[in-house]
Amino acid sequence: MEPLDIELDDGELELPNEPMQVNMGPAHPAMHGTVRMVVDLSGETITKVDVQIGYLHRGFEKMCERGTWTQVFPYVDRLNYASPMLNNVGFSLAVEKMLGVSVPERCQHYRVVLGELARICDHMVCSGAMAMELGAFTPFLWFAKARELIWDVFEEETGARVTHSFGRVGGMAQEPTANFKSMVRAAVPAVLALIADGEKLLLANRIFLDRVENVGVMSKERAIALGWTGVVLRSTGVPYDVRKVHPYLTYDRYDFDVPVGTSGDNFDRFMCRQEEIRQSARIIEQALEQMADEGSVNIDDPRIVLPPKEDVYSTIEGTIQHFKIIMEGIKVPAGECYSYTEAGNGELGFYIVSDGSGTPYRIRIRPPCFATMQGVEEMIVGGMLPDVVPTFGSVNMIGGECDH
Amino acid sequence: MSKRVLQRLTEVFGAAVIETHSQHGDDTAVVVPSRWKEIAAFLRDDEKCAMNHFIDLTAVDYLNRREPRFEVVLHVRSIEKLHRLRLKARLGEPATIDTLSGIWAGADWFERECFDMFGVEFVGHPDLRRILMYPEFVGSPLRKDYAAQHTQPLVEYRPEAVGKLPPFDEHEGMPFGRQTHDRVEPRVNALGFSDE
Repeated sequence: MEPLDIELDDGELELPNEPMQVNMGPAHPAMHGTVRMVVDLSGETITKVDVQIGYLHRGFEKMCERGTWTQVFPYVDRLNYASPMLNNVGFSLAVEKMLGVSVPERCQHYRVVLGELARICDHMVCSGAMAMELGAFTPFLWFAKARELIWDVFEEETGARVTHSFGRVGGMAQEPTANFKSMVRAAVPAVLALIADGEKLLLANRIFLDRVENVGVMSKERAIALGWTGVVLRSTGVPYDVRKVHPYLTYDRYDFDVPVGTSGDNFDRFMCRQEEIRQSARIIEQALEQMADEGSVNIDDPRIVLPPKEDVYSTIEGTIQHFKIIMEGIKVPAGECYSYTEAGNGELGFYIVSDGSGTPYRIRIRPPCFATMQGVEEMIVGGMLPDVVPTFGSVNMIGGECDH
Repeated sequence: MSKRVLQRLTEVFGAAVIETHSQHGDDTAVVVPSRWKEIAAFLRDDEKCAMNHFIDLTAVDYLNRREPRFEVVLHVRSIEKLHRLRLKARLGEPATIDTLSGIWAGADWFERECFDMFGVEFVGHPDLRRILMYPEFVGSPLRKDYAAQHTQPLVEYRPEAVGKLPPFDEHEGMPFGRQTHDRVEPRVNALGFSDE
């Protein structure tokens, strides 16, 4: 919109025509507390924007170089704190790729189920928060209620609601509980019902639709060049999903679809997320079906997996094995590898360099929303100031991941 | 899978490709830094490579382990052909290399981060400034000679807090068998505040 430019006599009220600079964030409620945008405005139209990140930088990569490989898990939990389980699984797979081992099939299905539950959480948080920032509070509360149902499952399985630290190299911290399958089977339909309810409120709402349709548009070519992955890339029409294109774990055995958008606007991103929640529910169902009720979730390798506690206390071999893994860490052969999985926001990559010791030499995380955030500038320049809110909400920027 | 890309790269660039390997299935080529940009442009534009999807750019510091010291690591993939490649260049000090932000728009922020964390200078970058750290920060935190326990507070600690702040000593949080990467050296930050 052009600034109001009415012919007025001198001395009368006149809106200033020169550009105005506005600071949004880092303490702005719509900036999720971690981003600052320096916006140049002409009237209400954005002419230039400088997106500044880094307010949540905690030196993740430096910290990883100080502990053992297993001690990295609590750190990766805090990357994307909306779906910590996916980060745990991603990091386990990266170290396992380096070691050249793969976990038993039961564990693979288990990781898939937990990961997909986390993905549902992640998408709900994003969609709910975006709607809330546009004034629709009820769907957010319903999505939060649905998230509670999933967190109950996580609490039962891992003992923690948010930061689970549940992944381990070569398996998981614990076996699935006895009633794991029935709990998940009870929770997922309830979650889907709540999501359908929340969606009904939004998709028939003129205010919501007006603010998301054709706002924050991104083209296919630019999205690819910017290194976008995940939902934001798929909303532009590129069907790139790591689970389909480069299957890991047991994803090649499930029947699921990859929803894509057409125009890459906020509405497409919202709808892709909603559809992915349903696809995740399909995957969970099939994974539970295929998952065995008996068998170990850990690989059988005393150099990688901790011995059972009774062995540690009663046998000398068990004590030594425990001591070696805890004090020296798992010995990962020297070399480098890049391992990538589909996390909540897109391709979460770990580039790992090992020097053969029990401590990582370098761990590089490739956070999906770091790449997404650099495209935000293009999406909001030329638009109106209020459009920043839904556009920023729909890219699902998670500070912990973006700022390392 | 992308062995063919490595082959093509060695065919076209010959001696500019120093070495290649496919450890853990990740195809890797180490190239001379002077032709970094040219090779990157070839990877994107060549029909057989078509590496249009930017993934990641970072660096690794091999202080006292390898000469030259730094390795800049680029990951790219092809949306159509589904293959991936890791491209590396080794840099001594001062670390300077051409920017790739004109080839893949996504390289922009990743190069800024690399500059911020390792002090690698990207020649021709449109806006090379710190991205994660604050502008007053001195040094490159991910270099191996930057001590992990070193702090640079913008606001000076109150005198009663000194000695009560973590880390309490240089070995805190260190596992028994770790390799020592840290060289402890008192430093003075921009505000003249030393951590000793």
